[in-house]
Amino acid sequence: MGDRGGAQDLDRMTTNTQSMRWFWFASPATFYPLARTIAWITGVLAVAFTLAGLYVGFVVAPTDATQGEAYRIIYIHVPAAWMSMFLYVIMAFWSAVGLAMNTRLSAMVARSLAPTGALFTFIALWTGSLWGKPTWGAWWVWDARLTSELILLFLYFGYMALQASIDDRRRADRAGALLAIVGVVNVPIIYYSVQWWNTLHQGASVSLTRAPSMAKTMLLGMLLMALGFWMYSIAVTMIRVRCEIRENE
Amino acid sequence: MKDLLYLNGYGFYVWGSYFVTFALLAIELAVLHQRTKKQSEANETAP
Repeated sequence: MGDRGGAQDLDRMTTNTQSMRWFWFASPATFYPLARTIAWITGVLAVAFTLAGLYVGFVVAPTDATQGEAYRIIYIHVPAAWMSMFLYVIMAFWSAVGLAMNTRLSAMVARSLAPTGALFTFIALWTGSLWGKPTWGAWWVWDARLTSELILLFLYFGYMALQASIDDRRRADRAGALLAIVGVVNVPIIYYSVQWWNTLHQGASVSLTRAPSMAKTMLLGMLLMALGFWMYSIAVTMIRVRCEIRENE
Repeated sequence: MKDLLYLNGYGFYVWGSYFVTFALLAIELAVLHQRTKKQSEANETAP
């Protein structure tokens, strides 16, 4: 009996040690130097992936049979659109963690993601517009995909404005978190808009369930650019988190 | 070089996309750099 009790104690201690290790970096002071290392590594990777993506996209990949050279906007447009949705989901996730566990760092990460998310949303809209003009003949149409992406931009702006308008940091984080969580419903709407409604925007060229409907080199260029934007987002978010820690701690 | 800029008449749309994207990313980095610099200056002058 004594032995079993001892084993249970040991189990409990191991679990406690693991959870302590898990929460170790939840402290802004501990995370501060780690964020610098992450920013450096992801920053270097961002430059490398982006340069490789541009090389594959402009030198290796062929001209598109139907869209000609205009299709090369895809190397910016699709990765930027992916990042705009992905960053929002990550922002909502850390907002939810911050709300549930009351961890300061989660709220700081969520807050730091918003400007970069808004930037990629704007880039997706801007490049989409420049792609729409030569291929559809219009800079903008009130299509389901375009409209829901525009709403995403307003959600980011709303989140940042709400955070800036409340002086008390904790209340601002809680209000922002609620908006981020409620707004996340827009992300699947953007993603499935091309299937749910008749839209001018084309369907997904890349999907997890079927083979991509584009040349392998085009796909490679797009994935490299997406990795580059992803690494850039992590690097910039880490730099911003460090600024937040310096300002608030 | 001229061909690359012209891109069969699509140069304005393609380069317009790339230029604005990288300009915006550069602006974001510059703004962050300014913010970091201001903070470290404030730290140095703090008693």
